[in-house]
Amino acid sequence: MLVDSPPESEQSAEPVPLTVTRKRRTLRAAGLLVSVGVLLLVCAAGLAVGAKSIPLGDVWHGLFHNSGTGNDVIVLDVRLPRTLLGLLVGAALGLAGAVMQALTRNPLAEPGLLGVNAGAAAAVVSAISFFGVTSIGGYVWFAFAGAAVVSVLVYALGGSRSATPVRLALAGTAATAALFGYVNAVQLLDSAALDRLRFWTVGSLASADMSTVGKVWPFIAVGIVLALLIARPLNALEMGDDTARSLGANLTRTRVLAMLCVTLLCGGATAACGPIVFVGLMVPHLVRAITGPDMRWILPYAAVLSPVLLLGADVLGRVVARPAEVQVGIVTALVGGPVFIQLVRRKRMAQL
Amino acid sequence: MQRLAAETVTLGYDQRVIARDLSVEIPDNSFTVIVGPNACGKSTLLRALSRMLKPSQGRVLLDGAAIHSMPAKKVARTLGLLPQSSIAPDGITVADLVARGRYPHQALLRQWSPEDERIVEESMASTGIGELADRYVDELSGGQRQRVWIAMALAQQTPLLLLDEPTTFLDIQYQIDVLDLCADLHETQGRTLVAVLHDLNHAARYATHLIAMREGEIYAEGPPAEVVTAELVERVFGLRCQVIDDPETGTPLVVPAARRARHTVPVGPAE
Repeated sequence: MLVDSPPESEQSAEPVPLTVTRKRRTLRAAGLLVSVGVLLLVCAAGLAVGAKSIPLGDVWHGLFHNSGTGNDVIVLDVRLPRTLLGLLVGAALGLAGAVMQALTRNPLAEPGLLGVNAGAAAAVVSAISFFGVTSIGGYVWFAFAGAAVVSVLVYALGGSRSATPVRLALAGTAATAALFGYVNAVQLLDSAALDRLRFWTVGSLASADMSTVGKVWPFIAVGIVLALLIARPLNALEMGDDTARSLGANLTRTRVLAMLCVTLLCGGATAACGPIVFVGLMVPHLVRAITGPDMRWILPYAAVLSPVLLLGADVLGRVVARPAEVQVGIVTALVGGPVFIQLVRRKRMAQL
Repeated sequence: MQRLAAETVTLGYDQRVIARDLSVEIPDNSFTVIVGPNACGKSTLLRALSRMLKPSQGRVLLDGAAIHSMPAKKVARTLGLLPQSSIAPDGITVADLVARGRYPHQALLRQWSPEDERIVEESMASTGIGELADRYVDELSGGQRQRVWIAMALAQQTPLLLLDEPTTFLDIQYQIDVLDLCADLHETQGRTLVAVLHDLNHAARYATHLIAMREGEIYAEGPPAEVVTAELVERVFGLRCQVIDDPETGTPLVVPAARRARHTVPVGPAE
């Protein structure tokens, strides 16, 4: 009769060593090393491939023994800043997406969910249309200010100390809707601004130069460090507020730091390249399928694999339409979309 | 003075007061069970005792210090809580989830150590889930999953462990299974346990100290054999019943009166 006695009552009480868990940890470390290798390859491709193909030997020459030849100039002044920016922006978007998904416990969260991108876009539109700012160097500060103001606003609307993931997401969505309404209105009323904004809102690495890299790298660097520092509290947060609190995690501090981190990362990335949306949604899911749900692994993996995707898409965009090129924001969406759908179909990854 | 106590606390959410001037001490090394009808404030009291809810007046004392002015991690090394609902991250293994219980013992510069690993292995062994270490939590049965959460709380290595309705949503065999486990933890490891339970008979069978609450007040407390009487059940739950000896354990067993007999008393707690 009692065929189905609870299986757990038959287990031994002897501690079982965690060999598989330990093995998996080693595997994850090895995988991270491989990912770094792939990233280096993609960077090399980013320097060598383009309207004019440059042999790797010449790339080396251009980087370290620059003597002002044509190839040296292309490598150092065009492709190097572009590759560096891709690295920074890629890492920023991937990390911001991963942090955002953990913060809101929402698998559909992407860096823009809390209105950071919309804030940056609204500020840039205002800068171009009302303040006559024309240089990328000028946008950067406006984008940052916009991102910062909106994230503070969203945090306040989301209930500040009593913020919950759902309230934050709702406040962010509302702010995003309102701000993009404003952006569209300004663009329609001011066709000159529309023209200048067109490339920015698609997301492009093409206009990268060293001064842009110089302006955004400190913000993104601080954001990256911050993200890695809050990996453990984010792990706790993912298990629900009560569990996190009972483990001794400080919820308010973690939420504030996470939002600060996303603002720095997203603000920096958006300021430099415009809103590149898809990377931040897709890479964390991809990474989660490899590492499992531990933020201490997800974040480093996202920081490495996200630039692989972004730089890879950028290189692809330069190859398919040579000598013209397709903006990286378009390529990531076109290539990433189907890949992502395939991933979702294959794995149950709808829930966090 | 016991390690955990509430001192004239007023508890509530926003403006709604659920309990006023409530004082209670949790006897050290007891398996204390709090019972009472829905909305009597039992879970609210447990949340206050576990630092989840800040009393609007009064204070909760842990080892003589006000719990709400202690650092969160320090509390988490002394007092563990199994909340009513926790979210298991998708795709997490049993061992990894249990390992998260080490959180309050870790810091930025003090990450994973062999000692952590030993404690995780022991916590899984003492909850009987050692064999499940590499399974995914979302593949487990409800009873096994509850054991995993308890193992996580054990890995926190706290002398005090609070459980908010640990048997809710479990089939009867798993309910008994979880309560047996709690009794083991109490007896063999000498931990102080505080649990909120719905089932009065379970409470009477497993508790060493019973607290009966009604309308935000403590109506009676003491050993179950003294507390659980037909009169108390009628006063606290408004249910007419007989209390007999449990044929298995000799503890009080509440047997509700037959329908016809019950209908002769007014509904609700008697005056």
